[in-house]
Amino acid sequence: MADHLLEVRDLSVDFHTVTGTVHAVRNISYYLDRGETLAILGESGSGKSVSSAAIMNLIDMPPGKITSGEILLDGKDLLKMSGEARRAVNGRRIAMIFQDPLSHLNPVYSVGWQMREALKTHGISTTQAQAEALRLFKRVALPDPEAALDKYPHEFSGGQRQRVMIAMALALKPDLLIADEPTTALDVTVQAEVLALLKELQRETGMGVLIITHDLGVVSEVADRVVVMEKGQLVESGTVRDVYRNPQHAYTKKLIAAAPGKGDMHEPDAHGASILSVKDVRKFYGGFEALKGVSFELKPGETVAVVGESGSGKSTLARVLLRLEEPDGGTARWKGKDLFTMSPGDLFKLRRDLQMVFQDPTQSLNPRMTVYQLISEAWVIHPEILPKAKWRERAAELLDQVGLSPEHMGRYPHQFSGGQRQRIAIARALALEPQLIVCDEAVSALDVSVQAQVIRLLDGLRKKMGIAFIFIAHDLPLVRDFADYVMVMQKGEVVEFGTVAQVFDNPQMPYTQALLAASLDPDPDVQAANRNARLARVSQI
Amino acid sequence: MLTFVRKRAFASLISLVGLLVMVFFLSRLTGDPASLFLPVEASAEMKAEFRALHGLDQPLLVQFGQYVGNVVTGDLGESLRKARPALDVVLEAFTWTLWLAVITMTLVTIAAIVVGSLAAFRTGGFFDRFSSMVSLIGASVPDFWLAIVAIVVFAIQLSWLPTSGTGTLSHWILPICVLFVRPFGIIVQLVRGSMISALSSAYVKTARAKGVKSGPIIFIHALRNAMLPVITVIGDQAASLLNGAVIVETIFGFPGVGKLMIDSILQRDFNVVLAAILVTAFAIFLMNLVIDLAYALLDPRIRY
Amino acid sequence: MTMAVPSPTPDNAIAAEPGFFVRMARMLWADKFALCAAIFLVFVIVMAIIGPTLLDDLATKQNLRGRNLAPFDFSRDWFIWLGADALGRPLWPRIIVATQNTIMVAAGAVLISAVIGTLLGLIAGFASERTSQIIMRIADVIMSFPSLLVAVIVLYILGSSILNLMLVLSITRIPVYLRTTRAEVLEIKSRMFVQAARVMGASSKRILFRHILPVVFPTLMTLATLDFAYVMLAESALSFLGIGIQPPEITWGLMISQGRQYLTNAWWLSFWPGLAIILTTLSLNLLSNWLRIALDPVQRWRLEMKGSKNG
Repeated sequence: MADHLLEVRDLSVDFHTVTGTVHAVRNISYYLDRGETLAILGESGSGKSVSSAAIMNLIDMPPGKITSGEILLDGKDLLKMSGEARRAVNGRRIAMIFQDPLSHLNPVYSVGWQMREALKTHGISTTQAQAEALRLFKRVALPDPEAALDKYPHEFSGGQRQRVMIAMALALKPDLLIADEPTTALDVTVQAEVLALLKELQRETGMGVLIITHDLGVVSEVADRVVVMEKGQLVESGTVRDVYRNPQHAYTKKLIAAAPGKGDMHEPDAHGASILSVKDVRKFYGGFEALKGVSFELKPGETVAVVGESGSGKSTLARVLLRLEEPDGGTARWKGKDLFTMSPGDLFKLRRDLQMVFQDPTQSLNPRMTVYQLISEAWVIHPEILPKAKWRERAAELLDQVGLSPEHMGRYPHQFSGGQRQRIAIARALALEPQLIVCDEAVSALDVSVQAQVIRLLDGLRKKMGIAFIFIAHDLPLVRDFADYVMVMQKGEVVEFGTVAQVFDNPQMPYTQALLAASLDPDPDVQAANRNARLARVSQI
Repeated sequence: MLTFVRKRAFASLISLVGLLVMVFFLSRLTGDPASLFLPVEASAEMKAEFRALHGLDQPLLVQFGQYVGNVVTGDLGESLRKARPALDVVLEAFTWTLWLAVITMTLVTIAAIVVGSLAAFRTGGFFDRFSSMVSLIGASVPDFWLAIVAIVVFAIQLSWLPTSGTGTLSHWILPICVLFVRPFGIIVQLVRGSMISALSSAYVKTARAKGVKSGPIIFIHALRNAMLPVITVIGDQAASLLNGAVIVETIFGFPGVGKLMIDSILQRDFNVVLAAILVTAFAIFLMNLVIDLAYALLDPRIRY
Repeated sequence: MTMAVPSPTPDNAIAAEPGFFVRMARMLWADKFALCAAIFLVFVIVMAIIGPTLLDDLATKQNLRGRNLAPFDFSRDWFIWLGADALGRPLWPRIIVATQNTIMVAAGAVLISAVIGTLLGLIAGFASERTSQIIMRIADVIMSFPSLLVAVIVLYILGSSILNLMLVLSITRIPVYLRTTRAEVLEIKSRMFVQAARVMGASSKRILFRHILPVVFPTLMTLATLDFAYVMLAESALSFLGIGIQPPEITWGLMISQGRQYLTNAWWLSFWPGLAIILTTLSLNLLSNWLRIALDPVQRWRLEMKGSKNG
């Protein structure tokens, strides 16, 4: 019986919701051994997090209910244990780290206190807990570990907070570590560091790691085996290499095909004069310089990708160009006229030409307006575009264009899925017939397969209508198939600018190289080679 | 921290000045103290003498200027009614109110936190439903009605407690109980709501994943976070008690500042009214500072 | 995203939704307490409208032989079942007649304060820092007023009429709406859909009234319901002190006050009108709790689930 460290058998979990019972997971089985890493791969709504919540006894019942199955830890069924016995397992034998460490750490207690609590809960004395907490903070390489113990969660960066979470999870040397999207909110370079730390610690302690992710790159970087989930069912399992090279299920194939960064790269072919010419744009927030003189040019129908990590100033650039924030210096000439010094009347006219698609369509669509109202608002504000009699017809056309059914014009945004909402947002931008659309992380919040669809849609619009794009992203592979030029930003400065091919095939600056090296390839063999190359480079330094 | 206190003091001073100006001029419009204090048959000369004695014959603006000048030097004038310094009269009454407010709010805070937290822990359970109902009713009862009913039942029918006045400990019981009910009802509901959201937060999930027991999860992890929005309301409720629980003080014949204010307005004893406003405003300013401090103490993210 | 309940709608299907009123009715049905509260409040409103014309004669007819008549004497006429007051006027019709004044003062005060407070809040949230600061300081001054004191002074100068009572009560409540609206506006202003509207070139007026106000509105509705109860209590307190409504007009608070001197031998004079106040405020509180959930798209499912389970 006790062959495996963890074995999940025939687990089914239901949730009761408004529209009836949802089978969050149905009859899923998998196992995990000591020293091994198993990845659960799936998109949102696949139920990939549900089984781990069941393992940790974190499902709220009701509305949740475990309807069948067993969860065996060393052969003992966790679901049959008493509450007290189950509690004693958490933290000691199984530990967990989460996607968003800021909200998962208690904001009002110091991280040292929270570390000690983890230890003291399982019977370790205060003085010993203090010493142990310090040792662990040193181990996860937090800067200045003594001082760090007295700090509060909000005083750390995202990557450091995840290190705190890891230290806390590993406090009692658990046999099993569950990591739920541990690096999703982090920058690529930080993601690489955190994943490397996890692997190192696994080697030291010999624990089993269950990692839940939507990212094929993470799977290929850390996992030995992978199970793929779709709509609550386990559709495929095997070693990472087998599943990637030889996927059996249609869904797995679709996921692998959707991974960005494999298509042909664009050769810039736009002609004519620039429509937008940005020179030396600066922006201060108090004493902090968010943009330190950014310049670039854009021709009609061309796409510039702006790539950088958090704090690079890429979103500030977008907001300044759209006059959502006032710049502190520089010029941006739109067809010769500086849009920073424009009169309000000119700016109002300019709004027709310059549109924006925001990161999170849930936020960017007014929840109390119907799709028709959202799209036709453009014509309410700019009545010269279209006589009112034609609004309905045109809105239907636009919806059709972005791949939505015109019948859904009377529905509200929350009735659509994330990808559909982003299509609505794009239709809204198109209603003004713009010549330039700024996409601020427009696909970052979407599932991988949906990302690919939306990017195809944007690419189609560019070819058909000659719309130019400024495409802001934190992820390099994402822009590879789509952009003409890539602009890499770091701390408010442009560190590298070139055609896609130049930047991807022959990056000049160390920062660009580091970014490229840190981004994870879905192909396990390519990723292994990348990793070795990276390690080699690190050891040289 | 010091600059914060200074900023707050300045803002309070501005509203206090506004308050004084309004009350000063409005209260002078309500009637002439001379005709109220002197017997009806008093001659015009006697009235004029009375006015001259108390500076009431000057133009209003001059009166106000003098008043402000006196206030700055710490002189709040005489009570016309009691022929004693207004400040003394007010401070005496305020001490009673302060005790009443402090005792009541302490009891309310403790009771509301315990009841609200337990209700939130088992949402939808018997205790939750029971306490929700009780707190809802508590928040809906007019205090003067409750005071009357309490007097009928406990003082008149059962003769357990005195109807009004002060003197023994038993005189305090009814006023405190009556004043307890509404803030208790309001704060229990708030604690419950706040605790429910705290208990469903991500950091509580982490604590459960660490194997922390239910007790510490409720009273250590969730409660401290849940208290943040509650503190503001505790402050508001305490402020309204400090302003004088006018009606309850009147019904129970409790010599607090609320009763004093109403009596003084009815009798045109302006100096006492103004002094009472100054004293309570100052007390509320101090209390708000304490509330802000408590905020900073509970939440390390807040720094002044 | 760790433990979010998986979306029940498949990716390409779009959930159908019933209309607003059907939905609200269903959610009201799901919460039986709120349902009772709503029915009671409808009854109160109907009584406030038709009560005086229907029962005025009965309520003012003095009967000196029936002074302080005790309640629960079911052998007599129905209208005397709750007893009679010091002049022998039956209490039950008097309470119903008093409903009109009580509700009118509260409704008027809530309406005035909500409209003014919301408008000022919208301005304070959207205008320049200076304008906002001035408005907020004025709100501070009003807030720091002992509200009863203001009421006493103003009513002394202006005389106590229903309109004046409304005005006084509404002034003290304006800051509540002002602060709530301003806080919400500041938060909503930074949301993406407002930015999207700005990128389209929408004017400030359009953003305020088309994008921000509809989002704030549910909060204000909930607040107004709760405040209605608060204002009712405040009005009764003023009437109780003898500076609110003056006889022969009546309100519930005044009735309690009038009954106070007969406490020792006729408790029912004060008890029944007090009960009317409690039941009304309780209903308002229950309804406001329900509204808060029913108007919140994130929490609404709680009621909808209960509704579907109960049938």
